[in-house]
Amino acid sequence: MTDLTSLTLAEARDRLKSRAVSSLEISKAHLEAIERAKMLNAFVAMTADKALEMAEASDVRLARGEGGPLEGLPIGVKDLYATRGVHTQACSHILEDFKPPYESTVTANLWRDGAVMLGKLNMDEFAMGSSNETSCYGPVASPWLPPNWSRDRARAALSSGKRGLLTPGGSSGGSASAVAARLCLAATASDTGGSIRQPAAFTGIVGIKPTYGRCSRYGMVAFASSLDQAGPLARTVRDAAIMLRSMAGPDAKDSTCSPAPVPDYEAAVGRSVKGMKIGVPKEYRLEGMNSEIEALWTRGAEWLRAAGASVVEVSLPHTPYALPAYYIVAPAEASSNLARYDGVRYGLREAGADVVELYEKTRARGFGAEVRRRLMIGTYVLSAGYYDAYYVRAQKIRTLIKRDFERAFADGVDAILTPATPSAAFGIGEKGSENPVEMYLNDVFTVTVNMAGLPGLVAPAGLSSEGLPLGLQLIGRPFDEETLFALGETIEQSGGRTALPEPWWE
Amino acid sequence: MSVDLNAVRRIAHLARIEVTEAETPHLQSEINAILKFVEALDAVDVDGVEPMTSVIPMRLPMREDVVTDGGIAPLVLANAPVTEDGFFVVPKVIE
Repeated sequence: MTDLTSLTLAEARDRLKSRAVSSLEISKAHLEAIERAKMLNAFVAMTADKALEMAEASDVRLARGEGGPLEGLPIGVKDLYATRGVHTQACSHILEDFKPPYESTVTANLWRDGAVMLGKLNMDEFAMGSSNETSCYGPVASPWLPPNWSRDRARAALSSGKRGLLTPGGSSGGSASAVAARLCLAATASDTGGSIRQPAAFTGIVGIKPTYGRCSRYGMVAFASSLDQAGPLARTVRDAAIMLRSMAGPDAKDSTCSPAPVPDYEAAVGRSVKGMKIGVPKEYRLEGMNSEIEALWTRGAEWLRAAGASVVEVSLPHTPYALPAYYIVAPAEASSNLARYDGVRYGLREAGADVVELYEKTRARGFGAEVRRRLMIGTYVLSAGYYDAYYVRAQKIRTLIKRDFERAFADGVDAILTPATPSAAFGIGEKGSENPVEMYLNDVFTVTVNMAGLPGLVAPAGLSSEGLPLGLQLIGRPFDEETLFALGETIEQSGGRTALPEPWWE
Repeated sequence: MSVDLNAVRRIAHLARIEVTEAETPHLQSEINAILKFVEALDAVDVDGVEPMTSVIPMRLPMREDVVTDGGIAPLVLANAPVTEDGFFVVPKVIE
């Protein structure tokens, strides 16, 4: 019998439908895998009782020939989605013991469609990070072994601080590690500057950040509201399409959520890409670019050409300004959003002689170093005298970035192909200790997409010479996720699905 | 632009985050590294460009002006660190 945790989401769905296997069996297999993978630190809370209860209910529905599109399928949930009565902390001390009395719309949609919740997944604190190292629960290890490491060396590192092991990326590091290590069939994630797509590239899986407004943000712990979007991480393009269809949809509780109906994304998987025009932006060819990444990019373009698409060079001249503008807009919005953590209404509270001291002590203790730094930057760029020079200027540059994409699409380009990350995964403890900007550069290829509100999909496209996964990114027109799924499937078929690492951590 | 130590203390207070004197120089250098990084934006000509307000053009949805929520005080207070008689409790604000 095939290991139940190695099935794709689509395969598991089909087996459940044909009653070849029960949800209880699949869910138990995953709960056991999570237990054996505790040292990866991907899950910060397990909801085993809830999972078994949901699985049993799914089996009843499946036996009656009923059930939703995700009926009985066990998934993981990033810790920033509010789940009623269940641990929801965005991996920050300041939300210690917080149990929301409400459910996020995205997770409510997943449960409506029959999915089974296995637990909550590790992440960078408030999604601020690119390596999952800012989590108050500590770093997550990638299931990929560092080059030339033996299984024994890696196992020893797992139990002694994880230094040198690879990061799964961030901020959705727990989600990526869990999906790649086959601890869940798929997971929810979120993306403000690359937090779905960079971890997908680092762990050899698929992730999509849909168009801004495609998924409701209700019940997601807010970071930067004009950039935040929900999306899935999964092991295949088809699985990501199945997940996104359930996660997305109109919601009266989020006024920025699109009222447009959700298409059947899975139907786009396998659709021909013949005649499509793919843009390759010259500004993404950075000086001193990693030659392996460049070769991967060229190979990706060749695959699409071989499938009948044409590839043309396009220009997105404001690309170099996206990352600096992001590091004004995102902290500014964060400083406003995170003002709510005051030690009064929920979460951590540190005593103070007066209310201002209470706020200052609570926030100093509750927030980690990276969050404190970004809140201070955000406060500074919004403060009197600096607002126009920093914030307004960055928002103008955002208009220019969006205009670049609009021009390319108006010239008939259907989608844009770029690398996902400047390199393969790096080691835990390796980056950003001296200068925070070193870590920020990880998002150089992904952040433009958030700034322009567009959909972006990352699919694995092969391995580096050291044997680590590398991904390619496809950027689409607003609300044209279907084209990305069609093109993503072509890349997945052309390169062959990346074989995920054997469980050395067990 | 760069910030001096006094500016760091002022920003921390505006952000309502306590910083110790020992942390201040390190924070200063990190904040200045980020400010240096965003200096690149000064090179862009933004004359006549509208600042972005909404990334996807959308009309703000309207609904009837009626109460759709409420009557859940116990749930609102459920996660509060200190409550009393249905209220949040804070240190004395008015002398």
